[in-house]
Amino acid sequence: MRVVVAMSGGVDSSVAALRLVEAGHEVVGLSMQLYDQQQGTARFGGCCSLDDLHDARRTAAALGIPHYTMNFERQFESAVVSVFVREYAAGRTPIPCVQCNGDLKFAHLLERAAALGADRVATGHYARRTAASGPGAPHALRRGADPSKDQSYFLFTLTQSQLARALFPVGHLCKEEVRALARRGGLPVADKPDSQELCFVPDGDTAGLVEAREPAVARPGPIRDRRGREIGRHDGVHRYTVGQRRGLRLSTSVPLYVTAIDAAENALTVGPRDALDRTRLTASSVNWIAGPPPGGAGRVTARIRHRHPDAPARVEPLPGDRARVVFDEPQRAVAPGQAVVFYDGDTVLGGGWID
Amino acid sequence: MTRIYLDHNATTPVAPSVADATARALRDVFGNPSSVHAYGQEAKTALDEARSAVARLIGAEPAEIVFTSGGSESNNLAIRGVAEAAAGGGRRRLVAGAIEHEAVLRTLKALDGNDRSIALVGVDERGVVTADRLADALSDDTALVSVMHANNEIGTIQPVAEIAALAHGRGAVVHTDAVQSVGKIPVDVRGLGVDLLSLSGHKFNGPKGAGALWIRRGTRLHAQLTGGRQERNRRAGTENLPAIVGLGAAARRLLEGGGQGTDEVAALRDRLEAGILAGVPGTAVNGGGSPRVGNTSNISFHGVEAESLLIALDLEGIAVSTGSACSSGTLEPSPVLRAMGFSPHRAQNSIRFSLGLGNTAGEVDRVVAVLPGIVDRLRALAGRGAAAGGR
Repeated sequence: MRVVVAMSGGVDSSVAALRLVEAGHEVVGLSMQLYDQQQGTARFGGCCSLDDLHDARRTAAALGIPHYTMNFERQFESAVVSVFVREYAAGRTPIPCVQCNGDLKFAHLLERAAALGADRVATGHYARRTAASGPGAPHALRRGADPSKDQSYFLFTLTQSQLARALFPVGHLCKEEVRALARRGGLPVADKPDSQELCFVPDGDTAGLVEAREPAVARPGPIRDRRGREIGRHDGVHRYTVGQRRGLRLSTSVPLYVTAIDAAENALTVGPRDALDRTRLTASSVNWIAGPPPGGAGRVTARIRHRHPDAPARVEPLPGDRARVVFDEPQRAVAPGQAVVFYDGDTVLGGGWID
Repeated sequence: MTRIYLDHNATTPVAPSVADATARALRDVFGNPSSVHAYGQEAKTALDEARSAVARLIGAEPAEIVFTSGGSESNNLAIRGVAEAAAGGGRRRLVAGAIEHEAVLRTLKALDGNDRSIALVGVDERGVVTADRLADALSDDTALVSVMHANNEIGTIQPVAEIAALAHGRGAVVHTDAVQSVGKIPVDVRGLGVDLLSLSGHKFNGPKGAGALWIRRGTRLHAQLTGGRQERNRRAGTENLPAIVGLGAAARRLLEGGGQGTDEVAALRDRLEAGILAGVPGTAVNGGGSPRVGNTSNISFHGVEAESLLIALDLEGIAVSTGSACSSGTLEPSPVLRAMGFSPHRAQNSIRFSLGLGNTAGEVDRVVAVLPGIVDRLRALAGRGAAAGGR
């Protein structure tokens, strides 16, 4: 079977390629060039910098597989970066990795892979896929085996046809096992540190990126308390996220947190810690990986952001690909723009964007 | 899988006789050509022989040849060297064709400003810098006109002699980048009427790392590498003797073959082109309407992303290119095709096939046989993507 591996130059996708080679597949490494690396001298912290492309190439050479870099600058700009900027400007807190997975890796890259005669696209995600039990039965997406690395949250938009062609060769491993395999396989990236930042945000300066694209957002506005009194000023709503305390420059006896962002009014609302608690939310553009729950509503555990424990909840599908989620216990800092992802044990049922 | 190499404009395989000469020099002639002793003299002799061969190849005198590391350095030396030498006389304008190689274009860009001005002359839809377009760009303060002899991406031959006559009429020095023409068509510096000519050994079956700049006697030019007095003070640094010996051997090989072989390559190119045009619908030759070197064919495949086609062909063992190798990786639509007035789409749908030493009719036929299936598959998917929302 010819398999394309999306190679970022990191250890996870490198080991994904290694495992497929060892399994005897015809493996083709593809890396995505996502922005003009020759532009300026900005340093990029995440994946896909020139150094990372170089690492991907070296890894492919070590594995003896062909490797190509494909240009996805245009698609990355429209599917990821512009959405990211628009969301921040609208006072929301986006997760660009979801679009990068769903709209780039498992859309454009999958398409290109098919054009090259490849049946599957593999990535280095910590997630597992269980193939359909029979014809007509759905494929399942499951959490990665390593709870500290699980990336299933970022894959909730995948459809059955995408899952049918996806492979996650490291999903059942923990990070230490992945590094050990990389060392044993002599891969040059075995000890490369994990990427921490968003690849397209130089120096982690999100506000700077948003302002460069949307200068109009960088205007001061009021910070109000729960009763609507102005108690301070902010420098632009794109600098804040719900639950944030830093950067408010308020001197109050109790610590205050952003509880709501109103981009239309250019205003922040703040309140004490317990004002962040919510027991319900609604979500849009909900994707049910194996169809909506039978019976209209179901018990799930729901996760409202990456690295946040999921919590028991009841989820009720609403018309127009929406859903209502009611948690058993209040959840702290539900941020519009983040994803809410529903699980049944290890299985990802689906998810949507928090309104 | 047997592989087929159709990217001879990027670089060429080293001819066996050239490899032997290079290896012999590497092994046996280690002296420094500037040394007085017997070792040095031996090296100097080898250097002189290579110089004579290169000079003969282009109808020049040996003393007019400066060895460099290759085409990019030759172009840099020509442009920067003349620009500096001419600045004192008040000539501050540099003129070049819009489809020059990046080694010319980016060098000009680096020199722009500081009361120096740059003018790029556009090409017509056939990919040719015409003399009348060039005439409009000339001025009495033009220091240098640089127009390539043959284009690397589409192979079109530029009217260099005509341009040189015009430019000389305005007192400008004329340079031609002949990196893509030497070995493919006869190159004679007197016939071209230019003052400077760049060539590169690895484009005609020589080793990488050796090229030359021909400088007509009497042309004013400032050295860009300073240090020792090698190359008549025009290029400091101990010569890369093994590669230069290889360059000389590659030149001799062409001289002895008397251009023989280029007709065969042209016949293969025509066979490939005819086969593709007949076998794959929605194809067109870029630059086909003008005189071209015999080995190059740049073809657009309507609705097919060249990047994917290149990779699909490589997975079949067929090596082609989407344009200049130096700018691949960025995959901007080819500036050459854009300059010819093609849409970004057509520019992104274009593949360069360049043939040379070792290619056979059987190889050409295999390429012609596998292309329709690959193109169909790519088009089917592109169509599906478009149907799914115009991506």
